[in-house]
Amino acid sequence: MSVLWIFIAVLGLSLVGFFAGRTRAIASGGGDIRVLHSLPKHYGAFVSTAALLPAVIVLALWSVLSPAMINSSVASLLPTSETSADLALNDVKRIANGLDQAVAQGRISKDASYNFEGTPEEIAKQLGAVGIALGSAPDTATMDAAESYRAKAEKSRFWRGVAVLAASVFALLLALRVTDKEFRARNTVERVVKGLLILSASIAVFTTIGIVASMLFESRNFFAQYPALQFFFGTNWAPNFRGGSDLGILPLLWGTLYISFIALIFAVPIGLFAAIYMSEYAGPKLRAVAKPMIEVLAGIPTIVYGLFALVTVGPLLRDYFAQPLGFGESASSVMTAGIVMGIMLIPFVSSLSDDILNAVPQTMRDASLGLGATQSETIKQVVLPAALPGIVGAVLLAASRAIGETMIVVMGAGAAAKLSLNPFEAMTTVTVKIVSQLTGDTDFASPETLVAFALGLTLFAFTLCLNVLALYIVRKYREQYE
Amino acid sequence: MTAPSTAASTSIMVADARTLKRNAAEKRFRAYGLAAIFAGLLALVLLVGSILNNGASAFKQTFIQIDVTLPESKLDKSGVRDPEVMKKATTVTYAPLLRDGLMAKLDELGVTDIEKKEVGNMISKEAAAQLRNHVLANPNLIGQTIPFEVLANGRIDGFFKGRVDFASAELDKNVSPAQLNAALALEDAGSLETRFNLGFLTAPDASDQRPEAAGLGVAILGSLYMMGVVLLLALPIGVTASIYLEEFAPTNRWTDLIEVNISNLAAVPSIVFGILGLAIFINFAGLPQSAPIVGGLVLTLMTLPTIIIATRASLKSVPPSIRDAALGVGASKMQAVFHHVLPLAAPGILTGTIIGLAQALGETAPLLLIGMVAFVREYPAGPPEGLFDPATALPVQIYNWTQRADPAFVERASGAIIILLLFLIVMNAIAVMLRRRFERRW
Repeated sequence: MSVLWIFIAVLGLSLVGFFAGRTRAIASGGGDIRVLHSLPKHYGAFVSTAALLPAVIVLALWSVLSPAMINSSVASLLPTSETSADLALNDVKRIANGLDQAVAQGRISKDASYNFEGTPEEIAKQLGAVGIALGSAPDTATMDAAESYRAKAEKSRFWRGVAVLAASVFALLLALRVTDKEFRARNTVERVVKGLLILSASIAVFTTIGIVASMLFESRNFFAQYPALQFFFGTNWAPNFRGGSDLGILPLLWGTLYISFIALIFAVPIGLFAAIYMSEYAGPKLRAVAKPMIEVLAGIPTIVYGLFALVTVGPLLRDYFAQPLGFGESASSVMTAGIVMGIMLIPFVSSLSDDILNAVPQTMRDASLGLGATQSETIKQVVLPAALPGIVGAVLLAASRAIGETMIVVMGAGAAAKLSLNPFEAMTTVTVKIVSQLTGDTDFASPETLVAFALGLTLFAFTLCLNVLALYIVRKYREQYE
Repeated sequence: MTAPSTAASTSIMVADARTLKRNAAEKRFRAYGLAAIFAGLLALVLLVGSILNNGASAFKQTFIQIDVTLPESKLDKSGVRDPEVMKKATTVTYAPLLRDGLMAKLDELGVTDIEKKEVGNMISKEAAAQLRNHVLANPNLIGQTIPFEVLANGRIDGFFKGRVDFASAELDKNVSPAQLNAALALEDAGSLETRFNLGFLTAPDASDQRPEAAGLGVAILGSLYMMGVVLLLALPIGVTASIYLEEFAPTNRWTDLIEVNISNLAAVPSIVFGILGLAIFINFAGLPQSAPIVGGLVLTLMTLPTIIIATRASLKSVPPSIRDAALGVGASKMQAVFHHVLPLAAPGILTGTIIGLAQALGETAPLLLIGMVAFVREYPAGPPEGLFDPATALPVQIYNWTQRADPAFVERASGAIIILLLFLIVMNAIAVMLRRRFERRW
C-alpha cells in the first residue's frame, strides 16, 4: 500500500469520523443541541482528529524506524568490512530498486524477480535496461542481500498499511465511545490545536539544531582526518582529490574579509548619507520616490548582481583601471566583487540607518537648532552621536551579510586562494570554496569534501557572533529612547 | 556652535567670514547627501540597464527557411513507414539533408564561394534532431520535399544581433566571412529572419555547442514546483507559528529560545541552508539530488523567518478591542483568534508571504549545493511524482549559463534574468496592490 493510498484512506476515515461524532453527540442530547457542552461540529472535529492524528504519528514513526531496522538486518548479511559497509548497502538498495522498477515496467515477472536465475552479468544488463547502472556485476552475497531487502521492504510496506489503519480505526472508535453530551469536546480540540501551534513554532529551533548538528557531525569527521591546527592556521589552500591537500583557511578568510571591507567602504558612506538626507532634509515628494527606488536594490536577487559583476563591472575595471595601471589582467577581482556587493548593501545600510535616525527624539534636534547650530552641525554633533550605537549595529549586520554572500563572489571574485594586498587580483572566499567543494562529484569520506562543512561551521559561527552583537547593540539603543 | 567670535562684526546684514564658512559647510553636507542618493539610483539604473541591454536580444532568434528533400532510400529503406524501424536513421543521416537543402537555396541565389562544410555549419546542430522528430511524427512526408524552418547557428544569430562582425569572423574558427555573406544573401531573399523566439521560454536547456536552442522550460517548471512546495509548507507553518508566538505564548524559556532562533535564522547566510539541505535531506533522509522537493524544503526553511516576522507584525496591528469583543460574547481564545483576528490580519499575511516567495524565487546559493546545477533536458513529470524528478531552477540555470564558454550564453543568461525580474515585479506588484486594497487603519 503506497503512502498516498494510506493517506487517502485515513482522510476518508476522519471524514466519516466527523459525521459520526456529530451525529452521536446530537443523538446523546436527544436531538436538542442546546444541552450539549460544545457545538456539534466540535464533537465532529474531535472524532475526526482522533482518526487522523494517531495514524499520522504511526506513519511517521514507521517511516523513520523501519528503514533503519531493515538496513541493519540486511547489512548483517553482507560479508564486508566496516569501511565499505555503506557502499555495499547502497549497491544492495540500487539493485533492489532496479528490480522493483523492472517489475513495474513488466520486464520480468514478480516471481522471477525474487529468484533471479542468471549470471551476474545478465542481472547487470537487466538493471541497465531500467536505467540503474552498476559499477560492477553484483556477487551472490549482494544479490541475496538485495532479495532479502526487497522481501523485508515489501513486508514492511504491508504491515505499515495495516498498523496505520488499525491505529486510525481504534482511535476513532475510542473517540466515539467518549462522545457524549457532557463531554468537553471544544476544549479537547483546542488543546490539540494549541499543541500543533507549538509544534510549528518550534520548527525554527529544530532548524537551528539541524544546521548546527549536521555541520558539527561532518566537521568532526573532517577534523578526524585533518589536523584542526593546520586548518585554522594554515596559509596555503591547495585541495587535491588524490590526497596530500593543504587546507588552510587563512587565505579564504583574508579574501572574505578584504572583499567585505571594500564593499562596506562603498556601502556605508553612500547608505548613511542617503539615509541622513532622506530623514533630515528630503521633502515628502523626493522621499516617496527615492526611498522605494533604493529599496528595489534590496529586492534584486544576488544572481543578478553576480551577472552584473561578471559581464559589466569586471571587464570595465580590467580595461580602464587594472590593465592601464599595471595592476593585473583579471576581470574577476576583489574590487569587482567588492563594488558590486557594496551596491547590494546600500539599501541595507540606508533603510536601517533611516529607521535609527528617525528614532532620535525631535526635541534633541530642536534644542540644537534653537542654540543657533546649522542643520548639518545639528546632524553631525547631536543626531549622529545619539544614533551611533544603532548605526554601528546596522554596519555590523551589513558586514555579516557581506561575509555570507555567495553568488556575487562566486561570479565576481575568482577561484584562486591568495594572500595578497592587490585589490585588482582575483581572490576567493569561504563561500566560494563551500560551493566548489560540494558541487560536482563528491565523495563524503574525503577531507577535500568534508572541509566544506568545517568552512560552513566557521562561517556560521562568524556571522552568528556578528548578528548577536549587532542585535544586542540595536536593542540596547532602542531602549534608550523608548 | 563654536566659541563666540571675538572679531567685531559690524552689521548683522553682512555675513562675516565664519558664517559664510558655516553656510558653505551646510551646503556641502546637503550636496553629499543628495550625491549619495543619486549614486544609489545610478547604480540601480546601471544594473537594470546593463541587464536589459545584454538580454533583450535573447528573446529573438534567427531562423532559416529550407526546402528539405526527404529521400526514402536514406530514411526508410524498408518502405513500411513504421516509426519504430525509421528510428534507425539517426540525426547523422538527417543533417546532410538539411545541408543539401540550404546548398540548393544558396546556389539559386548565386552564392557559390562557400564550402559544403561551412553551409552545414550555418544550421544549428539541434535542427537535425528537430527534423528527425518531425519526420518520425509524420512518416508519410518521406519522399516529398517539405519547407522546414530551422534555427541558425549561434554565430550567425550573433551576426544579426551585432555580436559577430566580419572582422571577428576572420579570427573565429567557428564562423567565416563567407558564411556571413551567405546569411546576408539569404536575408535579402527572405529565407532568413530574426524574430521572437517562443522556444526560449519553453525549450529545455541545450548543450554547450548549441546556445541557439537553449531555453528556460525546465527551469521555469522547476522553479514553479519549488514555489508550490514553499507555499504549501511555509504559509501554514509560518502562520501557525506566528499565531502561537503572538497570541498564546507565555513568556518562558522555550518561547525566548524560539524568538532568538527566528531572528538569528533570518540573518544566517543562505548557503548554510544549502549545507543543511545536503546533509539532512539528501545524505541523511535519502531524498534524490536535483529534485524540486528538496529545493522547496530548503527554501521553506529559509523563508519561514520572513513569513513569521510579517505575520506577527500584521497580527499585532489588529487592535485588542477585537479580541476583547469576541471573548466578551463567549468565544474561546482559539475562536477569537481564528474567527476574528486571523481574517483581519490576512491581507498583511498574504503580502508577507508573497514577498517571502519572491525572495525564495531569486535564491541561488543553497540550490547549487543540493545538485540543481545538473544539466537537465527532461521535463519533470506532473506533480506529485514530478517533485522527485531532476529539474533546475531559474536562478541556477542563469548561473549555469554564465559558466559556459560561448558568449551567446551570456545573452541568454541576461534574457533569463529579465524573465526572473518580471516574475519578481509581478509578485511584488500583487503584494503592493493587496496592501493598498485591503490594508486597514484602526
